[in-house]
Amino acid sequence: MSDSTIALTVIFGIVAVSSAVAFYAGARYKMDLEQWSVAGRGFGVLLVWLLMAGEIYTTFAFLGASGWAYSRGAPALYILAYLALAYVVSFFILPYIWEVGRRFGMQTQSDFFEKRYGSKYLAAFVSLVGVAFIVPYLQLQLTGLGIIMEVASYGGIKRAVAMLIAFALVAAFVFASGLRAAAWISVIKDLLMLFAVVFVGIALPYHYFGGIGKMFAALVAAKPTHLVLPGSTKVMGESWYISTVLLTSFGFYMWPHLFAASFSAKSSDTLRRNAVFMPLYTITLPFILFVGFTAILVLPNLTNGDLSLLALVQKTFPAWFLGIIGAAGALTAMVPAAVLMLAAATLFAKNVWRLIFAPTMTDDQVARLAKSLVVVITALALYFAIYSSTTLVALLLTGYAGVTQFFPGVVFGLFWKRVTMPGVFAGLVVGIATVAFLMLGGRDPFLGLNAGFVSLCLNFVVTVAVSLLTPAQASAFDEPVRVAP
Amino acid sequence: MLLALLPFIATCFSVPLWDTVYPLVLGLPFNLFWLTAWILLTPLCMWGAYYLERAAAEKEGGKP
Repeated sequence: MSDSTIALTVIFGIVAVSSAVAFYAGARYKMDLEQWSVAGRGFGVLLVWLLMAGEIYTTFAFLGASGWAYSRGAPALYILAYLALAYVVSFFILPYIWEVGRRFGMQTQSDFFEKRYGSKYLAAFVSLVGVAFIVPYLQLQLTGLGIIMEVASYGGIKRAVAMLIAFALVAAFVFASGLRAAAWISVIKDLLMLFAVVFVGIALPYHYFGGIGKMFAALVAAKPTHLVLPGSTKVMGESWYISTVLLTSFGFYMWPHLFAASFSAKSSDTLRRNAVFMPLYTITLPFILFVGFTAILVLPNLTNGDLSLLALVQKTFPAWFLGIIGAAGALTAMVPAAVLMLAAATLFAKNVWRLIFAPTMTDDQVARLAKSLVVVITALALYFAIYSSTTLVALLLTGYAGVTQFFPGVVFGLFWKRVTMPGVFAGLVVGIATVAFLMLGGRDPFLGLNAGFVSLCLNFVVTVAVSLLTPAQASAFDEPVRVAP
Repeated sequence: MLLALLPFIATCFSVPLWDTVYPLVLGLPFNLFWLTAWILLTPLCMWGAYYLERAAAEKEGGKP
């Protein structure tokens, strides 16, 4: 057998076995809308948190983080900072979100906006924006899967074909089993990922340099500026770092799927306690960065930094081991892709289509519409994935720039009585328009700041100004929200 | 609240203070070491915040 056959066989074998386990877990339930999209709300705390914690172990962390360590250097350090800080932010807002969610029976982020601001158009707009910015995140996962297939086939399968295969795999997976399968498979994924990352993060520097410290010593000697901001870029300096960390740590729980996942926790206290310990989950990330840094000296001429982890593993280890790492990577792309597809499709079918155009739809019709939307949304992401060449981290930052624009609406909605629907609507429109203007126009970073952060500041200003100019509104949350700690 | 600000100050706003390669700590460049250390210290801060908040709520006579 050739090397590529071995590697691909191992990948497909592991993916198939994991999927079989997941299908078995889902097979006992009848698949209606509720089961398919939120697993009947019947998840134990453990599964919910595996889904949420697993969220940080996506292709982004696996290939994107090492990719940026390789191509940009120090700016990749923002990844170490923002996740821990995102949990700090969550400690203060999630318990309140959970509390109103329970009081009003909310299921999605859009429900939150509808209840708080009493406007179905705002709610539909929020869903639409959410779906629009899930697309780059989904594109990220598909691109990652494409890269894995390309490297594992030793170049035998071209990127575009590989992404088509990946698309078919994930769509089939989502169609057949919904969220329950995703939750189970994420257990396997996290374990495999943990092993893969710690092993290669230690083994690769040892193999080439005799230790992590020696690797860094060699790197500092060869490229002294790569390891401090702005690394190997011209524009990603300290102000970029600060604005990006703020943007992404505020934005983390504004992702529609993560926001909604917090509703399924058992109590607000569970959310608090999890916020305390979740930062520990990110402890594997430094190991991923080690791999990217090692690759700089061993494989200095890669055209795409996102290839660095896999290319280095391919160069160093036998084909079967590349297969195992590839499989871990494939699962870290497939599970989040499945969750994202489900979230986007259900959000669009339920909170845009049914809310505005077809209020009489039954749940079954919504479920059918959502299933066909899975194909449409993924095809869109696939189209972008094939025709654009941005790095994985840049894709994630685009998504963050978009979803973080919900932050003023959520935080003011919880803590500021004077905020009004027109204020939030105007702020959101201005924020999104600025993101589109700056990012599509290639003006990111803007004046040394992350473009998404600039948009967020404008959004805040507009929200406050318009709220104060419009008459005060009564809010459904008006009776003081008291959270028992 | 103050305890929660600590990680923000340490890993975000103070970046000019620790963004250097030297001194190498445990073989890691100092900025990388600093951030990794804060991944471990952040839960400690939040643990403190959690207990303080709980204690305050109990004092108020709320539910434990």
